[in-house]
Amino acid sequence: MGEIGFWLNGQKVQVAGVDPHTTVLAWLRQQGLTGSKEGCAEGECGACAVLLLRPDGSGSRLEAVNGCLLLLSSLAGQEVWTVEGLARGKALHPVQEAMLQGGSQCGYCTPGFVVSMAAEYYRKGRQEFDLEALSGNLCRCTGYRPIKAAAFSLGQPPEHDPLARRLAQPAPVVESLDYSPSVTSTLPQAQRFFRPGSLRELFQIQAEHPSAKLVAGGTDWVVEVNQRFARAPVQIDLGHLPELQSLSWTHEYVEIGAGVTLSEAERWLQGRIPLLAEWFPRFASRLIRNRATFGGNLGTASPIGDSPPVLLALGASLVLVSASGEREVALEHFFTAYRQTALRPGELIKAVRIPLPLLPESCFYKVSKRPMDDISTVAMGIAMQRSSTGRVEAIRIGLGGVAATPVRAYQTEAALLGQPWEESSLRKAAQVLKAEFKPIDDHRGSAAYRTAMLGNLLWKFYTETPEVLA
Amino acid sequence: MKAVGKAIPHESAREHVTGRALYTDDLLPRYPQALHAWPVQAPHAHARILRLDTTPAYAVPGVVRVLSASDVPGLNDTGLKQDEPLFPTEVMYYGQAVCWVLAETEEAARLGAAQVALEYQPLPAILSIWQAIQQGSFQGATLHARRGNPEQALAASPRVLEGELELGGQEHFYLETHAALAVLDEADHLLVHASTQHPSETQEIVAQVLGLPRNRVTVQCVRMGGGFGGKEVQANPYAAVAALGAYLTRRPVRVRLNRLQDITLAGKRHPFYARWKVGFSEDGLLHALQMELYSDGGWSQDLSEPVLARAVCHADNAYYIPHMDVKGRVCKTHKTSQTAFRGFGGPQGMVFIEEVMDRVARSLGLPPEVVRERNFYRAEGTGHRAEESHILKPGAQSPEPVPHSTTHYGQVVKDVERIRLIWDELKASADFERRRLEVARYNDQNPHRKRGLAITPVKFGISFNLTAFNQAGALVLVYQDGSVQVNHGGTEMGQGLHTKMMQVAAQTLGVLLESIRLMPTRTDKVPNTSATAASTGADLNGGAVRDACEKIKARLAGVAAQKLGVHPADVVFEDGQVWSLWKPEERLGFVEVVRAAYAQRVQLFADGFYRTPGLHWDKTRMWGKPFHYFAFGAAVSEVEVDGFTGQYRLRRVDILHDVGDSLSPLVDLGQVEGGFIQGMGWLTLEDLRWDAKGQVATRTASSYKLPSFSELPEVFNVRLLPRATEPGVVYGSKAVGEPPLMLAISVREALRDAVAAFGRGGIVELASPATPEAVYWAIEKVRERILVSGD
Repeated sequence: MGEIGFWLNGQKVQVAGVDPHTTVLAWLRQQGLTGSKEGCAEGECGACAVLLLRPDGSGSRLEAVNGCLLLLSSLAGQEVWTVEGLARGKALHPVQEAMLQGGSQCGYCTPGFVVSMAAEYYRKGRQEFDLEALSGNLCRCTGYRPIKAAAFSLGQPPEHDPLARRLAQPAPVVESLDYSPSVTSTLPQAQRFFRPGSLRELFQIQAEHPSAKLVAGGTDWVVEVNQRFARAPVQIDLGHLPELQSLSWTHEYVEIGAGVTLSEAERWLQGRIPLLAEWFPRFASRLIRNRATFGGNLGTASPIGDSPPVLLALGASLVLVSASGEREVALEHFFTAYRQTALRPGELIKAVRIPLPLLPESCFYKVSKRPMDDISTVAMGIAMQRSSTGRVEAIRIGLGGVAATPVRAYQTEAALLGQPWEESSLRKAAQVLKAEFKPIDDHRGSAAYRTAMLGNLLWKFYTETPEVLA
Repeated sequence: MKAVGKAIPHESAREHVTGRALYTDDLLPRYPQALHAWPVQAPHAHARILRLDTTPAYAVPGVVRVLSASDVPGLNDTGLKQDEPLFPTEVMYYGQAVCWVLAETEEAARLGAAQVALEYQPLPAILSIWQAIQQGSFQGATLHARRGNPEQALAASPRVLEGELELGGQEHFYLETHAALAVLDEADHLLVHASTQHPSETQEIVAQVLGLPRNRVTVQCVRMGGGFGGKEVQANPYAAVAALGAYLTRRPVRVRLNRLQDITLAGKRHPFYARWKVGFSEDGLLHALQMELYSDGGWSQDLSEPVLARAVCHADNAYYIPHMDVKGRVCKTHKTSQTAFRGFGGPQGMVFIEEVMDRVARSLGLPPEVVRERNFYRAEGTGHRAEESHILKPGAQSPEPVPHSTTHYGQVVKDVERIRLIWDELKASADFERRRLEVARYNDQNPHRKRGLAITPVKFGISFNLTAFNQAGALVLVYQDGSVQVNHGGTEMGQGLHTKMMQVAAQTLGVLLESIRLMPTRTDKVPNTSATAASTGADLNGGAVRDACEKIKARLAGVAAQKLGVHPADVVFEDGQVWSLWKPEERLGFVEVVRAAYAQRVQLFADGFYRTPGLHWDKTRMWGKPFHYFAFGAAVSEVEVDGFTGQYRLRRVDILHDVGDSLSPLVDLGQVEGGFIQGMGWLTLEDLRWDAKGQVATRTASSYKLPSFSELPEVFNVRLLPRATEPGVVYGSKAVGEPPLMLAISVREALRDAVAAFGRGGIVELASPATPEAVYWAIEKVRERILVSGD
């Protein structure tokens, strides 16, 4: 009840009296493990990156995650490695050795880069270094060239490498948790942190604590905790609910559990849904995708969330579950108003279903200031099927950043349906699309630009589709 | 083996990669009794404080003390110009700290801060350069540099263009936010750990606020997690808060801004606005330029005036403009106090003149690189056109050579031929002419995507504009075992200064690098130091370290000469060994000589001092020789732009940059690459915005985007100019911190070149930063012109 235990750099630790809102980063630094740094406290800079051991077949793998967005209580029963755990005495880890040649200047971001790079170093089946692994780390000094050189210089871990040997063994089994630190002068309010082991358990806890905060990857909630000081007397960690972990490919649909991390979904899909394959690298960073889930991204219902435009284009639906049973809701009916959803009290997202067969032609466009790890100004997912005569047989257009919720462009779809895929119909459709939404001005882009993008992205899609179907 | 010029890793690289390198706030676990500070930030851009009641804060468990104006024993001001009250009575910008709460935990301090009762009377705020100009809201002097008779020359010019451009600010976004930790000892002496580029000034300000003599305050900076100018003066208020708290409570006090506080409290690169009138001839040769510069200085004077002075002094970049008049003013607005940022006004001045060059070229239908090279500074009496080389002045007997290498503030550009040398070499190595054709071919074939190519030069003056700052000190200690401690006044913020100083000390003393230990910068080791700024860190401190080492070596040479039976001038120190030119095979160990020196009561430590020679500057006339020398460079950038969205990618960058004889090639390469990317960030994606209330709108890492891996050019070739010895600077080296930032102007110009390809010639207006949206609107403008002209 009053304690949590986990493994830190190979050592078992027991912790008591810690506020359940405490992040792993804050706790590590209090312990004097100051290698992990705070650069932004919102999962943008990666200076806080730590390695989380996760199950992988019969063994385990290391995933780099943002220590600033990971609650210490959610570590219970897990194994975490920090930059301090990589070197063996005076002998540097190969990743650290590689970074010596100009990879650091001020050095503040360096531990985070080392951690992200180490995760990729140990990725099983790695042929060459995937720079995506470093997409969640910012460096203000080097300009990245020497870091890239360091990454590309890495070989394979030697056989006797202690971490590689650790990864041959399974990750610790994570059990349910009911943590509530005792009330003290510095912790004046009763607080609880639950980790249910099943949906049944979850519903029981929810029945007792109806206003409890549900936390999946925490990549949104902990930003609120860090930056707007949101606090919840009761938090429920959904990260280990087996019912939210489904991954299945049936004849009718592909189902991805709401609690599956985006990285895991990406690995499992192996490019089988081209629209998602194109989309994954544009969703935040590897550090975030290692924690973030579809359930979380949809549940927060942000109008600029990245998953709705593609999932709308894929015609996805959501399986919602509560103590009284399950129901399926089409994603296009899920968002009801700004940050409002069709979720009823006591209900949560269990899985996303993508209907099969997929529409054969698709594309994802994200207009943002920075190609990597940025929030979209406008995002568009399109999926389409053309007939043998070149007419539009089916089309779905999902949009983000142009209204108070993610939206389908029904009017535009209707304008294109049955029309030949040629300049004249596209010209009309682009006008319809520009008139269909009234985007707003903000620091990411002007309303005029967003409106222009609506028409232009459709045009861009047109110019990028082959004239005649192969 | 030479220690200087060797490509070695950063002196702290092993500590960086293992996480053992400590930064100011990493020292906190050593002080479990420390109190945590949290600011109360005002929700108005401009307001009078009618009431401030701190008592409710004390009701929060853990709150120990609230610091406000009445607690200040000395002067309630953290500026050198006395316009920066630490605890203000009038709020001057949105988010300004009005008081600070100290508590047992950060959480308690935050909750306490939320309870402080405040009443404000909002006042009208000035939130833009435009409003400031309209209302005459300026601060500091009008700066004015002038040569020749621009009015007359403009009237006589075959062509005249007028133009204007606004440049956005830039958030420093050092990864380590502002931090300070103050500890009061039993003798009432304050030790302040601070993330500061200027420990001596931090010491001065702490002493000023506490009303103490400076010998009661020691400031130490272990290292910084980046500074970029943002910690040149702006570290001072946070050190003062920590010091005041420690002084009053007798407990260690820690201040560490979170990112939100750092962005909302601290100053940024100055936004600028310029308008100009330029006269030129059909071949693109500039005759005259009038330019007015306005910078947005924010609420206090800070470093705005010297920043503006550097902008005025760099409005020529690499170009000789016979008649020139540049005026500048600092606007006073209700925003954060804009401050030093790598380049220090130079980048803004240079972007403006490059803007002029491009517009002149496109108005004539000439390639911009041709207009640029025709206008370069060049040796006296040479020129693009023969009649330009010499002029007959009225009343003179014979024609005089045109002073083609003299700037508009009277300084002769030393090594002027390097501008052209670098330019030509880079054009060749980057295959510029062939790629021009390739880009044109690509653009002909692709209606929706266009490529752009540009080359731009850099000429950047090295030295503080204010002559007095160009001095430095060092203290070098040799112990009996031959190990060496080096202290100098410069701070380490990632730029590799300590690495270079190690190399200078090892080289001068003739010992191995491993024998040298660089000490954290402390004001009780070297006093009255200058800021580590203006790229001068290695020049100044290197001069001082070398001076100290030379003194020690001279004494040791006497000792060794006796042992070797030669004249001291013939003694050689290298790699930890000592020998004479006459008998190189007879070798003494450095340690042996040191021990002998100790036995003979020879002093084994020395101070060193350096002052830059030959500088003079008439501030009111803006005339003289403010710079010791110039750093040169050039960059070629190629981009590809999507016509639907304005999104782009950087395909290739080639850089040739002059660092003299590099003290430390790996460090210098890092400075060039990193400076380039940071400059590119400023000119492309870093879009700093304020909202209508005067609050920074882009105050988080998720709304203010720095360059990431995706901005790294696909091909990135960086070379340092070989055989570039700079006589009169430590080991022939040149400063490198700031100049490469301006190589990024080539990216802006390449984007403009790509935008131009969507149209049919003529001037291309491109806003800055050139975000995808800005590029898109620029494309729309050139497309509209096609429609209007009916093509």
